[in-house]
Amino acid sequence: MKALLFERNIPRLAASRIGSSLFGADFLGSTQGAKVGPLRLVETEPPRLPDSVPNSPSDSLPDSDWYRIRPRLSGICGSDLAALAGKSSRWFEPLVSFPFVPGHEVVGELINPPAGKSRVVIKAVLGCATRGINPPCDSCQKGYINQCERVAFGHIKPGMMVGYCADTSGGWSEELIAHKTQLHYIKDDVTDEAAVMIEPTACALHAVESANINDGDKVLILGSGTLGLCVLASLQYLRFSGGINPEIIAVAKYPEQYQLAQELGAQYIISPSETGRVVRKRTASLMAGTHLTTGVDIVIDCVGSRDSLRNALDVVSPKGKIVLVGMPGETRIDMAPLWYKEITLQGAYTYSPTTFDTATKVVVTNHLERLVSAKYRLENFEDAIAHAAKAGQRGAIKVVFDMRKKPRNIQREQPS
Amino acid sequence: MSQRLTRPGLILEADRNTPPTLFWNGEGFYLQRLPKGSRIIYPPEPVESLYDIEDGIDNALLNPTGDSQPLPDLLKPDMRLTIVFDDISLPLPPMRSPDIRQQIIEAVLDYAAQAGVDDVVLIAALGLHRRMTEPELRHALGNRIYDAFAPHGLLRQHDAENLDELTHIGTTESGEDVEINKRAADSDLIVYVNINLTAMDGGHKSMCTGLVSYKTMRHHHNPNTLLHSRSLMDMHSSALHSSIWRMGRLIANSGIKIFQIETTLNTDTFPEAFGFLQKREWEWSLSDRVRYITTSNILEKMPPRASRAVLHSIKSPYQVTSVQAGEVEAVHQVTLNNLHAQQLMVVEGQTDILTMGLPYIGPYNVNSTMNPILVAVMGLGYFFNLYINKPLVRQGGVVIITHPTRWEFNPLHHPSYIDFFEQVLSQTTDPVEMAAKFEESFAVDPWYIHLYRKSYAYHGVHPFYMWYWCAHALDHLGGVVVVGGDREAVRRLGFRPASSFDDGLEIASDIVGTNPSITHLHCPPLLLTEVR
Repeated sequence: MKALLFERNIPRLAASRIGSSLFGADFLGSTQGAKVGPLRLVETEPPRLPDSVPNSPSDSLPDSDWYRIRPRLSGICGSDLAALAGKSSRWFEPLVSFPFVPGHEVVGELINPPAGKSRVVIKAVLGCATRGINPPCDSCQKGYINQCERVAFGHIKPGMMVGYCADTSGGWSEELIAHKTQLHYIKDDVTDEAAVMIEPTACALHAVESANINDGDKVLILGSGTLGLCVLASLQYLRFSGGINPEIIAVAKYPEQYQLAQELGAQYIISPSETGRVVRKRTASLMAGTHLTTGVDIVIDCVGSRDSLRNALDVVSPKGKIVLVGMPGETRIDMAPLWYKEITLQGAYTYSPTTFDTATKVVVTNHLERLVSAKYRLENFEDAIAHAAKAGQRGAIKVVFDMRKKPRNIQREQPS
Repeated sequence: MSQRLTRPGLILEADRNTPPTLFWNGEGFYLQRLPKGSRIIYPPEPVESLYDIEDGIDNALLNPTGDSQPLPDLLKPDMRLTIVFDDISLPLPPMRSPDIRQQIIEAVLDYAAQAGVDDVVLIAALGLHRRMTEPELRHALGNRIYDAFAPHGLLRQHDAENLDELTHIGTTESGEDVEINKRAADSDLIVYVNINLTAMDGGHKSMCTGLVSYKTMRHHHNPNTLLHSRSLMDMHSSALHSSIWRMGRLIANSGIKIFQIETTLNTDTFPEAFGFLQKREWEWSLSDRVRYITTSNILEKMPPRASRAVLHSIKSPYQVTSVQAGEVEAVHQVTLNNLHAQQLMVVEGQTDILTMGLPYIGPYNVNSTMNPILVAVMGLGYFFNLYINKPLVRQGGVVIITHPTRWEFNPLHHPSYIDFFEQVLSQTTDPVEMAAKFEESFAVDPWYIHLYRKSYAYHGVHPFYMWYWCAHALDHLGGVVVVGGDREAVRRLGFRPASSFDDGLEIASDIVGTNPSITHLHCPPLLLTEVR
């Protein structure tokens, strides 16, 4: 099978990190960036779990605990790009096993499906159930598998989720393995494009639920890329289903993001440079120096950069809350406002298994399939990565790999 | 007042021999050749000024116009006297020292001293404008007055948000609340010292904009009155002035005594070094040409901040052509006659395209930045409105503006403008819609109120008024093209950007056809057209 393999190749990782540091998004945004990076297209054997794993997937055992899955579409996420740019936090290193096949936003089809079911979205988090750990850890017992305390243990190799585990393979391939608890079955009327948006939407929904938003709260969403728009869609869903009606300000950098943010219910869509002024205006705040005296109740940071966190700290109200959804890394930031304003800074990592049912409704009701802007074959991964790295500038939101069509087998004639 | 023989305004039809025409372009200018057949309107040359200003002032104070006693007869030892004067927005550019306000107030204070008046307060009639700085006050009043009054708290600036310093006079027959400065209202006599640079200034407008609150201002500064002010320079056809006159008469009938002093200036706008700016191009001397080339090149090469500083340092050699004092309405009628004598010129017929080069300065950016909203109001609020009878440009015609229109704001002076530009104009350019949806929140915003009162910021609602000022033009025109402007900023205003004058004409041709009539307003110096 074909797969994009992420290797722990120190020179390539270093080259990527240096290139990204020097040129920012322009590095991965050029096809050369992906070429020198740690990712390469390989022809390899299908993934295989260690022999110690009971009931491991087999073509002859369709009712196994594990299933072989043929990815149909698999998204390129911001965390994937950070890893390719060599910018992921080194904190994750013990929680990842190399080499791995990236891709955790996956819609695929079961190779040996149970009757009447074939297409699934992968709940990518690898909790105790997938690791054969019984009894499960406290977090998994409570249903918080995203907080599984055993992600580096058990009978499969370390990895927080599919796409970072050497044993399971990932979505950027022609085959991966998933445990039966990871399968979220998709109805026929849900397109692949909609289905591939369910996993990121589940992340966004989890963040919105974590934020504990009340009616009338002023909520600022930093970033209107995939995550930001999925957060908006989740808020829109909650508004109609839960009667919660917050005032939503979305920060969008590019015209397409602006348009989609508007369609997904943001009342105010602003550019990053306007954030402080708009929040001041909307909250009738005064200013002491450059500090707002009040601010929004909740900031949902879908970027995860130093600038976005700094921005969030500037504009959140005293006693307010910042929910970090975009994957942050190591950063240097003045935490004085956090201390002084008694701000709650809260992470929001992935989801719980039950989030997927609601996430599917969010995707379907908001037609989030429209966020899928471009599809690439695995063979064209340099172009795909370049497109994803500069998605906003190129008018795109979500870029995905499309494994549904086999590549044309074009053989070049060898010169005689 | 004596008048020398001076050349009236000129309307030149461009032909092959017509030299390129000077176009202002913000903090710079350039020469642009206009298509054959274009009309160029040159303002009248400066009329004769008063031979002796002190005599002129004395004559006005001692021989008042209308139903008023001479000033000395109105002054009593135990009275409360409040002298109110126009703020930094007049004149433009600021005039050389001594400013006419200083000369008049010194005369008034002399009479007050002779009468033994002790309780005298000076108030700058800011309305909702920014506060004046000490150097600006010193320039307008002179050091002697400043040093005598400011240290004792007797030189004040009207604060439209200080509820303790406002008093409600009543309501007009049209339901307009009139709330004015308490000190002025409680005075035995208000002496208002005015500079009439344009025909819309003066009369009851002085008090009813300069000393009122937002609650009062909103009755005459709104999309409806501005849409129905045709033009702002013709008070008899202006809903804004009608509202103001109702208020002024209410104030007069309430027993508040006002002694109005109005002045007019000639059109001698620029000092000798920049004299070419107010000359007709074919009459430029060799030295004018050298100065044009040198100045325009230097300004072009300088960063905008530096060229702005150079130009804002210009003090105009304006000379006073008339001083009249007495009862407000009678005085204002004489003022208008004198102003028309300097500025008014007859223009036959409207035009398809009106072109205008906007200079670096307007009423609201003295010592500051002309931000995009102020560009709009200079073009569509002021220059477009320099008419009586009917607009220079026909209904559905096009205005072409030359100005860099940078996405640039002065956060000290115009903080609410930034938010208005980002948060209101991004949603709508319709004055009526923005008034309904956004005005109130800007007007009562505590931060803007704080900055207006304690810093040097225009009131939060001020950018709305600027946009309403454009309402008539926006309604009348088929399009507005800005040549050389920042494209994003121009689009935010709802106008069309053009990279060159010829491109601007090309864009305009989509609206007015390929064979349009073109008229260029060679302004400043200021003029007023009577279009027939």
